[in-house]
Formats: sequence, structure tokens, C-alpha cells
Amino acid sequence: MTALLEVERLSKRFRGLKAVSEVSFTVPEGRMLALIGPNGAGKTTTFNLIAGVFPPDEGRVTLKGRNLTGLKPNQVCAAGIGRTFQIVKPFGQLTVEENVVVGALARERSVETARRQARAVLERLELADQANRPARSLTLPDRKRLEVARALATRPTLLLLDEVLAGLRPTEVDRMVEVLRDLNRREGLTILMIEHVMRAVMALSDRVVVLDHGEKIADGAPAEVVADPRVVESYLGAEALD
Amino acid sequence: MSGLSGVMFSGITGRGMVLLVLAALGLAVAPFVADRYLVSVLTTVLWFAYVGQAWNVMMGFSGLLSLGHALYVGLGAYVSAALFVHFGIGPWAGMVLAMLVAVVAGCVIGFLGFRFGVKGVHFALLTIAFAEVARIGFDHITWVGGSGGFFLPVEAGASDPLNLRGSPVLFYYVALALVVGALFLSRALLHSRLGYQWLAVREEPDAAEASGVDLFRARMTAVAVSSALTALGGVFQAFYFNNLFPEQVFSMGRSIEIILPAIVGGIGTLVGPILGAFILTPLGEALTFLIEAGGLDLPGLKQLFYGAALVVIVVFRPEGVWPWLARRLRLVRQPGEGA
Repeated sequence: MTALLEVERLSKRFRGLKAVSEVSFTVPEGRMLALIGPNGAGKTTTFNLIAGVFPPDEGRVTLKGRNLTGLKPNQVCAAGIGRTFQIVKPFGQLTVEENVVVGALARERSVETARRQARAVLERLELADQANRPARSLTLPDRKRLEVARALATRPTLLLLDEVLAGLRPTEVDRMVEVLRDLNRREGLTILMIEHVMRAVMALSDRVVVLDHGEKIADGAPAEVVADPRVVESYLGAEALD
Repeated sequence: MSGLSGVMFSGITGRGMVLLVLAALGLAVAPFVADRYLVSVLTTVLWFAYVGQAWNVMMGFSGLLSLGHALYVGLGAYVSAALFVHFGIGPWAGMVLAMLVAVVAGCVIGFLGFRFGVKGVHFALLTIAFAEVARIGFDHITWVGGSGGFFLPVEAGASDPLNLRGSPVLFYYVALALVVGALFLSRALLHSRLGYQWLAVREEPDAAEASGVDLFRARMTAVAVSSALTALGGVFQAFYFNNLFPEQVFSMGRSIEIILPAIVGGIGTLVGPILGAFILTPLGEALTFLIEAGGLDLPGLKQLFYGAALVVIVVFRPEGVWPWLARRLRLVRQPGEGA
């Protein structure tokens, strides 16, 4: 199993506060890996370091052996990493389809072709009937799906999903889980996701990495990780009850 | 009205098309039926519509607030005028260099702004600073007249369209051509890959960047296109008025006048700046007329009324008059009505 994404000893400080400290993990090609941990554990910071939002203080990120450290977000996108935002960032005044066209244009020069690709992606994410609505008028679940659609349209080899299930009702979670599983199984898309919805984490991921206070405290199969005393103590404790 | 669909001709209803054709016909024949005064007012309207369209490329399409567009007008005007007066180079050739100089100035501002993360209001301040430096600087460049003004030779009754010398009607049609040209160019740009990227950058820079858009490049091209188009407006101004004064051409007030049509008509829309100019310039003229007819001679009264009218429009139609009008009169298809 070859590693698609390799994160090596990644560290980032904000004004002296260690947000991420020597975090290492790999995401094998074609797998789904979940990044979990309590709020403020450094999950989103790790995502931002991978996506090039800011450079790490130390460590490196490689995709298929290519060093991505220090690249800008658009270059990381071009290298093959698509991402969603935890706090959704739709292009509010554009229509749903236009939002996805922007994503498709990352690899496509022709607007017409990009539009065709966008429609296919919208079909897939069950957003086709909303294609002509302004993105700002969507409900939260639809906005979350739009985030995924736009990222997917950039034709990534690795998809970074930042809490795309948060705030969704159980039935909506199930629908999204189906879509993600389908993308992974049928198209071999590798997915790295930050997720709090443990039901989905257990259902989807091949491996789970747990962060706490910016450090990796566990890394393994989902069943092993949730049984790990440190994980239960730091993160799952209260939530394991519901 | 939202997204691209609302601003493209493809989204125009039959009724909107009829109105568009009527407006185009009306403007095409206007000089045959209008008197000299009306032609000059219409020329002014068209000029503001045009530079408003040019400004709209930056603010409306790309979300970059420029409050110093008088800089590009002034550079275009002075460069083309200097080439004509000193070297006998006509405006059709001169405009190339005029645009080039404006683009270089725009790119310097853009580079400083985008390279060092100067955003929003602070970027606007940067644009004002450059326009002000030009205003004061040109006061001292005696090669182009300094503060005493720069004058183009005027021959009565000359008709030489190749050098943009001729009657007011010639200028009217040139201005009309500029507006129509800018309309088609804006539309083509919005349909293009670059246009999508501009809108994405305007809406959510972070998400645009994550979608593969090079923010620096997208913003720089917006500045380049906008400054080049605006410079063309400057060339027109130089040859139309035949006199240039730094205090007027580069003034802050002029920069504001340039942006008002787009704000009133609808920022980011194709028709907004044109409609805005057709509202504002006649409004100003009407106020002048009314105040004179009323025998009131209070300095600043016109500005007061003008300002009040602006406040009313901006308060009640913050997204601009065009989106509201297009909706009310069903001139464009609304999302969900099919393409």
C-alpha cells in the first residue's frame, strides 16, 4: 500500500501557542482516514498546513512523493488536493452551478466543458435541482454538499473534508456517508476527513488519527482507537455516552 | 438577480430585449433629433457610463475598491495629449501608449496592494494616494503645462476623425461606441474562465484560492483591464475638451464621480453603470436648470439636492437601481425560470 499523502513532524505555533506539534501520519492511496479530537486539538490547523493556507514552522507535507510544503493553496489544489471549509464559504451571489464551475475551471480551460463537469458533479451530490439557485439561498446541509461538490470539481486525488457532516440531521448524514463511500469505492478517491460524528467515522474510515493539544495521541483502526483509554479520556468520554 | 445568469443577455426576457433594442436605436439616432445641448449632455452621460463600466471591472467583478480611478483617466488624457501636441501622434496610435502607461501605474498599485496584503479600505486608500501624488506631480510637469493647464490646438470647423478632431456629434458616436464596446467586453469577460475566477475572488477569496485560483494573478488582471479601459476614457476626454488641468483631471471629486454611476445603477451588473449614468447626469442637469429657473442663486444648493437624491437612491436601493428595475419590469429571467 503506497502512501498518497505523507505528513512528517508537522509543527505550527501561533504567538507561542503550539497549535500543532510534531504531527506525523500517512494516508494510503484509496483509503479513508479520519482525523478526530476535541475542539482546539489542531485538526483544522493541520488541514490548513496541508492545504497551504500557511506554511508550517517545521515538518513537511508530500503528495505522491512530491513536496508540497510552502506552496500556496491554489498550487496545492493544482497538485491534486481538494478541500472544504468547516465554516462553509460558498460564492454567495453565484448560482450553485457557477460555484462548481469555478472548481472545475481549476483543471479546465473551456467554460463549456467545465459547466458539463459541474452538472455531473451536482448530479452526484444530489444538488442538480438547485443548480440555478443563488448559493446564499441554500440550507446548511445543501451548503455543506456544495462545499464537497466544488472541491470534487477540481478533480482531486485527495479530498480534505472539514466537518462536512456537522449540523446535519441523521438522515442527511446517512445520505452524505453514502455519497462519500461511493466516491471512495467506485472512483478510488482518497479522503482525509475531520469529523465529530463518530457514527460516520466508524462507518467510513479505514484508519483514525486522534489529536489532542496539537499532538497525535492515537493512530490505528477505528475499533482500536475508540477503545484506547487516552482517547476515551481526552475526547470520547462524554460523547461516547450518546 | 443573482449570479451570471442575471446579467447576461442570454437571461434577458422578450420584453427586456425589446427595451434594449429601443434604447440602442434611440441612442443611435439621438444626434439627428437632439439639439447641441442635449447631444453634449448625452455625451457626458455616455462618458460616465463608460468609465463606470471600466471601474466596475475592478469593484463589481473582482471586489477591488478603487477610489483613485481619476489617476487612469488623467494618465490616459495626458499621455495621448502630450503625444499629439509634442510629436503629432494622433489619438488612435496614442491610445496604445496611454493605456500602457495606465496599466503600468495600475500594476504598481496592484503589486503593492496584493503582494503585501493591503486589503479593502486600505487598498482604497492606496489608490487615492497614487491619484493624489499624480495630481500634485502633474502640477509641476511644465512639459505638459503644469498647473497652468495643457491645451490641445483647436481649429474651428475641422473635421479629421483620424485625429479625433471634429464636431460634437463625432464625439457622441465615439462615446457611444466606447459604451457598447465596454458592454460586450464586460459580458465576454464574465463568460470567460477569468470572469468566473474574478467573481469567485470577489465572493470568497479563500475558497477561490482553494479552488485553484491564483489570487494575485486574478486581481492583477482585473486592475490591468480596468486601468486600460479607463485610460481610453481619458484619451477621449483630452480630445473632447481640449484642455487638461491636474486639479480637475486627477481630483478626488472626479474619482468619486466615476464610481457613482455604478453604485447607483448596480455594482457588478453589466447594465448598472450605464443606467446609473443616465440617472445621475440628467439629474444634475435638471437640478441646475430648476435652480436657475427658480431664481435661486445659492452656491452649493445643487450639490445639496444632488447629495440628497443620492442618499435616497442608496438607502432605498442599496444593490442598485438596475437589479430592482430588471426584476420589477421582468427584463431578465429570474433564477429558476429556465435559461
